[in-house]
Amino acid sequence: MSPRPGFVLDVDSSTPPTLFWRGERLSLERLPEGSRVVYPPEPLDPLEDPSSAIRHALLHPVGDREPLPALLSAGMRLTIAFDDISLPLPPMERPDVRQLVIEQVLDLAASAGVDDVELVCALALHRRMTEAELRHALGDRIYDAFAPNGLLTQHDAEDPSNLVHLGLTDRGEDVELNRRAAESDLLVYVNINLVAMDGGHKSVATGLASYRSLRHHHNPVTMRHSRSFMDQDRSELHSANWRMGRLIADAGVRVFQIETTLNTDTFPGAFHFLQKREWEWKAKDRLAYAAASAALDRTPARVARRIFHSVRAPHRMTSVQAGEVEAVHALTTEHVWRQQGVAVEGQTDILTMGLPYISPYNVNSVLNPILVACLGLGYFFNLYRGKPLVREGGVLIMTHPTPWEFHPVHHPSYIDFFEQVLSETTDPVEVADRFEEDFATDPWYIHLYRTGHAYHGVHPFYMWYWCAHALEHLGAVILVGGDTKAVHRLGFRAASTLTDALEMATDVVGPSPTLTHLHAPPLLLADVT
Amino acid sequence: MKALVVERNLPRFAAARVASLLGSGRGAGVGPLRLVDAGPPDLPGGDWHHLRPLLSGICGSDLATLDGRTSRYFEDLVSFPFVPGHEVVGVLEDGGVDHAGVPLAPGTRAVIEPVLGCAPRGLVPVCTHCGTGHTGLCGNVAFGALGPGLQTGYCADTGGGWSTAGLCAHASQLHAVPDALADEDAVMVEPTACAVHAALSAGVRPGDLVAVVGAGTLGLTTVAALSHLVRPAVPCTVAVGAKHPRQRSLAAELGADEVVPPEQLARAVRRRSGSLVVSGRLTEGADVVVDCVGTAASLADSLAMVRPRGRVVLVGMPGRVAVDLAPLWHRELTLVGAYAYGLETVPPGDGTGGAGAARSFELALDLVGRAGLGRLVSATYPLERYEEALAHAGAAGRRGAVKVAFDLRNPKGHAR
Repeated sequence: MSPRPGFVLDVDSSTPPTLFWRGERLSLERLPEGSRVVYPPEPLDPLEDPSSAIRHALLHPVGDREPLPALLSAGMRLTIAFDDISLPLPPMERPDVRQLVIEQVLDLAASAGVDDVELVCALALHRRMTEAELRHALGDRIYDAFAPNGLLTQHDAEDPSNLVHLGLTDRGEDVELNRRAAESDLLVYVNINLVAMDGGHKSVATGLASYRSLRHHHNPVTMRHSRSFMDQDRSELHSANWRMGRLIADAGVRVFQIETTLNTDTFPGAFHFLQKREWEWKAKDRLAYAAASAALDRTPARVARRIFHSVRAPHRMTSVQAGEVEAVHALTTEHVWRQQGVAVEGQTDILTMGLPYISPYNVNSVLNPILVACLGLGYFFNLYRGKPLVREGGVLIMTHPTPWEFHPVHHPSYIDFFEQVLSETTDPVEVADRFEEDFATDPWYIHLYRTGHAYHGVHPFYMWYWCAHALEHLGAVILVGGDTKAVHRLGFRAASTLTDALEMATDVVGPSPTLTHLHAPPLLLADVT
Repeated sequence: MKALVVERNLPRFAAARVASLLGSGRGAGVGPLRLVDAGPPDLPGGDWHHLRPLLSGICGSDLATLDGRTSRYFEDLVSFPFVPGHEVVGVLEDGGVDHAGVPLAPGTRAVIEPVLGCAPRGLVPVCTHCGTGHTGLCGNVAFGALGPGLQTGYCADTGGGWSTAGLCAHASQLHAVPDALADEDAVMVEPTACAVHAALSAGVRPGDLVAVVGAGTLGLTTVAALSHLVRPAVPCTVAVGAKHPRQRSLAAELGADEVVPPEQLARAVRRRSGSLVVSGRLTEGADVVVDCVGTAASLADSLAMVRPRGRVVLVGMPGRVAVDLAPLWHRELTLVGAYAYGLETVPPGDGTGGAGAARSFELALDLVGRAGLGRLVSATYPLERYEEALAHAGAAGRRGAVKVAFDLRNPKGHAR
């Protein structure tokens, strides 16, 4: 049976309770009759033979690019850049797509006699990956062949000796890139396109850039003019990256882009019920939910976190395309929409969402309050094309425990951002004006970013900027079940139960509001008309 | 008339120490403190005057004494039995003469500068320290015409503020209270004088970052002193670590530039100083740290957040503590104490009317009015309810209070 598309369920008296994520916990909530639930499409059938598909893509590129073998020759400098730990979510079962693709690129390079090959993790201002994480993404064979010889590096956006300024866009935006990548004869970029925002020129122009470059599009103004940043044509974030990408090409950097898409087969075995529709749950699913929910409720949060972060998603590749960046990305975007797109008619007064334990920036880490805000207002709110799911002035209700907790190694500047910046203002523009530069240039954060596994000092600002569009659009944000102090620090309202939150929401949107629930993950993209 | 008296009773001190494990001030009922009928103490000499207390504060050092936690360093610097209470505003019903020799009319309100240095002890000539106005440094507090006692409130011969019967004040100790000051402001003069002394001896230089550890009475009055006496002449940034919400709001009201919970203070200092961190210690840090707590933990924190060659000023009364002094050696830190008061060097443009030398108490008398420090008096109790008062004082921060005092005017007292 072919996978069914996503759809919008109208809740009536016979509708069973709806699954809500609450971080590392789960609950079933009965939504008011007349509510809508937006369900993602079922996972698409994967490519039957991913290796052959990759080979085909490398040999039959799209756009103005020759087949990869024709671009490879002895004596050339080849750099292979790849997406970092933030993709995919959750991390996929081995072998990771990056491994499959890079192995074939390396085989072709070896056949062509290329011996100056380096791998660069395109982490931008994210934390450096650990050895275990790199081994998972690349496989042991690649890791052992490159890392011991210093040929597997992680982009360092604060290493002036390894950055090169390529020029300014016609809008005066600095384009500063990883020197090795920019000065190679060929830059192969290996991407995983989990959502429509990923990939395209953003891969190189963001993933291999410096703060000097990133600040031009990672700011509140850009984010407020990206509606949404899942919709490339209406996203200033993408416009800026496209300007930069074209400048990179004009500067002579030859990019061979390889993009992959995955299906939404997100949860393995015991957790499979999480991607089923509740009324289709069988006894086995109900039992699995009851067991998981009861066990998680009794499990200390740290242990529950460890359990969930050990989950490896059974994602499978649904497409791979290679060649010139823009031509490749156009195909990729189609594949993403084919997997995740759901047509939704009309906006809602209240949008509810259950926030899971993971976001792009807390893999093997803590979903701290800033990341909770970013996951809800930055990512989930922006999973739309056309119009936001919730109307302007509407209310967003999220469920998450939101503990006042931070990973001290991964998120040191987040702690200071939360303690200092948000205690003074939650306005993204004021946050940027008053505090960004100090955090971005703080030598301690730079040291931790460069030598440890810390996100860059400016990164929590970017997380807050991701929220800027939603913060401007919404009438109120209510967090259900969150640590009250942490929720208030975020500038949100705290509620104990969903019922309380709905009651509170009527103060903003009036009585008898319409309600829509975003049933994710697995991820979906709402095409709102 | 009644007075609270501390007697030398080792079993009761031991019992108080055990009871204080439940919380500071909780040992009043089993400790060495007793409420007794008492008359006015005999005047020790001609320059002495009777002062009838109106308000008398409960100090951290009083609590330490009653909890049996005071350092044995002080054992020979007190004489028993004594009436505690050295934060006192009272009335001179028979008049008197103040520290400058100015006659004071009957009914004049006055505060006492409680150090019992050479002058009250009738020692002639006075020691070098008293001779230069630095009475807090007097080494003769166990000698002369009085029994041992470093201050009024620890000496058997002078009485203390926790009494409706009155105490004896030497002329050199008396400072008249301006009519504009409420009793609540006036009772804050003594702790404020300690803070004035600490702030002015902290060696703050223009552009310095000053971290204040703790925001009880001493911490908050230190913030006020830094804000009103130092910063107008010596621009500096004051960051405060304050545990309780009420303390945080007061610290901000009194002029702190940044107020954070104690566990966040080092991070706030790191941000402001652009420091790196090694093993939990800052590589740079605050230019000056004022430790208004005085525990091993607060001292260790202070040493960890001060910059190399920076200065840690110890204002909170410490006892025997175990602290790793390696950073003091390695980073060439200066650790100084700031006890009581004396003669201060006032920076120009401090808002008091000019630079020069002034007694801490005179500066404090001015500061309590300007900064409105009477607001720090959170609750008052009659002597009869001393157990409640001491328990309240021992848990002041947690209960949203700062200064708890005995109200000798009003038999009922009140909490606010």
